[in-house]
Amino acid sequence: MEYWHFSETAYPYLPDPESYDSIRVTLPNGVIDPERAAGLWDRYIREWQVADECGLNVMVNEHHSTATCMNSAAPVVAGVLARVTTRARILILGNPVANRVDPVRIAEEMALVDLLSHGRLDVGFVRGVQYEVAATNSRPVRMTERMWEAIELITRAWSTHDGPFNWEGEFFHHRQVNIWPRPYQQPSPPVWISAVNPGSVTRIADHDYRVATFLAGFEGTRALFQGYRDRCAETGKRPPGDEKFGYAALVYAGKTDEEGFEGARKLLWYLHTNKVAKQFAYPPGYMPYFVRAAGLRGQRSSAPGAPASSPIPDLTSMSLDELIARGIVFAGSAKTVAGQIERFYNHVGGFGNLLIMGQAGHMGHDETVRGIRRFAEDVAPALDRVTDRVTA
Amino acid sequence: MQTLDLVDAHSGVEFGNGVHLEARFDGTHSRVALVLPGAERARENTAFVEALAKEFSVVTPTHPGFGRSPRPDWCTSVDDLAYIYLDWLDRSGLTDVTLVGLQFGGWVAMEMAVRSCARISRLVLVDTLGVKLGGPLDREVVDVFATPHAELDRRLYADASLGMGDLASARVEDVLEMARNEEALAMYGWEPYMHNPRLIHWMWRIAVPTLVIWGGRDGIVTPEYGRGLARRIPGARFEQIDQAGHRAQVECPEEVAKLICDLAL
Repeated sequence: MEYWHFSETAYPYLPDPESYDSIRVTLPNGVIDPERAAGLWDRYIREWQVADECGLNVMVNEHHSTATCMNSAAPVVAGVLARVTTRARILILGNPVANRVDPVRIAEEMALVDLLSHGRLDVGFVRGVQYEVAATNSRPVRMTERMWEAIELITRAWSTHDGPFNWEGEFFHHRQVNIWPRPYQQPSPPVWISAVNPGSVTRIADHDYRVATFLAGFEGTRALFQGYRDRCAETGKRPPGDEKFGYAALVYAGKTDEEGFEGARKLLWYLHTNKVAKQFAYPPGYMPYFVRAAGLRGQRSSAPGAPASSPIPDLTSMSLDELIARGIVFAGSAKTVAGQIERFYNHVGGFGNLLIMGQAGHMGHDETVRGIRRFAEDVAPALDRVTDRVTA
Repeated sequence: MQTLDLVDAHSGVEFGNGVHLEARFDGTHSRVALVLPGAERARENTAFVEALAKEFSVVTPTHPGFGRSPRPDWCTSVDDLAYIYLDWLDRSGLTDVTLVGLQFGGWVAMEMAVRSCARISRLVLVDTLGVKLGGPLDREVVDVFATPHAELDRRLYADASLGMGDLASARVEDVLEMARNEEALAMYGWEPYMHNPRLIHWMWRIAVPTLVIWGGRDGIVTPEYGRGLARRIPGARFEQIDQAGHRAQVECPEEVAKLICDLAL
């Protein structure tokens, strides 16, 4: 199993939630104290360095117009990590390709970070959560088609080395595609794609890409990974190795169970602060109109909203015990956490990448670092004894 | 999960290039009006269409992607809609058609008129959008995709009680139709937002008597925008209905129909 430390790099010093409609899209950035934001970035970067020093990998993501995530340009932060870490692989999960106007630029950014890190980059692609369409002015209709056209263009740009090729697709146009520099890893960095529904893994499996899912719990994750395995079987491929599968959970290991639970409660900030106005949670075209209609008619208020990346709608009202029982949170002492992850591993048919949301909201630097170290020193070795240590 | 029952090649009416649409036909008169709706539910236009049908044969299609009309994959722009209806006009052989565009439908009507007025004798635009008159910082059309539904009700109608109200207690079919209409609106009008940057430069091509009708209490596109739009169309006349909101034909069907009938005389 490979482990990836991850933080959404929140700006948690916010006014009373009653005073704003939505933490995303409309909360004015005047709320930010630039000095405080810079200080937060110092410590978030340092925490990724600690993970690297402990033998863990690192992961970054990207969101826009939101206090929940100050990383509005994942390639920039990945470029920083390429130079301040030494051994860790660096996963961007992911590039919101359906919201970016120029896929060739993304291909260039990834190639550059891959060089800067001497081939330590893993490149994730995501369609982008629904709140991002307003923040990026991205048309919410036909986003999946746009994402796949972008991925095809980007991967072709990485792997074409004999001069320019022409691209005039439905969504993107570029007549002289010939990126300089090209990636360090050949033929290309590993590609990951995030998925929520088993229906969307077919195409991911057909390309042999890695699939990752966020907070999907025992059943959602098993169904998704099984969909990938079934597709491989259907198409006559060898059974996929664990390295093809990633799962993101909130994870905190303490000295005792209680210390681990205490840390995990702080991670729940991620679930509990996602207050999103309905017009941004249900943009037309992002989901089938009848699903959207049901959502608009639903009594579920938008505050606080469940993370859009999870298929489980009522995460925000669950207790820590219930979240642990569902496999959304792994928390407790190192032994307890290792046991929880082992159960999850067995239930979903194996997976080779645990994406660790190990910091959120008001969890301070020291507590975050303690969690990272304890995981690396006590949880990972225990898990390595029961799962195959795979090479990313 | 409940869905809308879309029309197909048997139950729909062919308008152009094999596109079959939901459509209603009202009245039997020699004068023909082609009414292009906006994003309101089809039923909301009943009183207006019936009033107009006292003097016109009225044809009211539902655009591809709206209501119960399917949208072919290739049909993604207002240009596509304009050519579908121009094709229908050509095949109808009619030469004296009054073209009525309601809100979003007014954009489609203008795209048709700048291409060809050969079969159009009168153009009527009701609380229309589709051209950019101001600068980059001017949001001339309210961002309906960033506006809560309760506020949209107040902006769309002078009498907000005509709106959908609490969607949890609205008719399921109405919410489905609204959701489908909004998705189509996002397809055709997301970016550039609710306008074609080229259209303003083609307005001189509109060579038929044009009437621009506006709700005085339009909370989506202001009457000032409407006057500006009218000034760009050669010889166009501007009429304001003070007590109407954005969907003027829904709130004041008789008044809007009368202005159109008077224009056609």
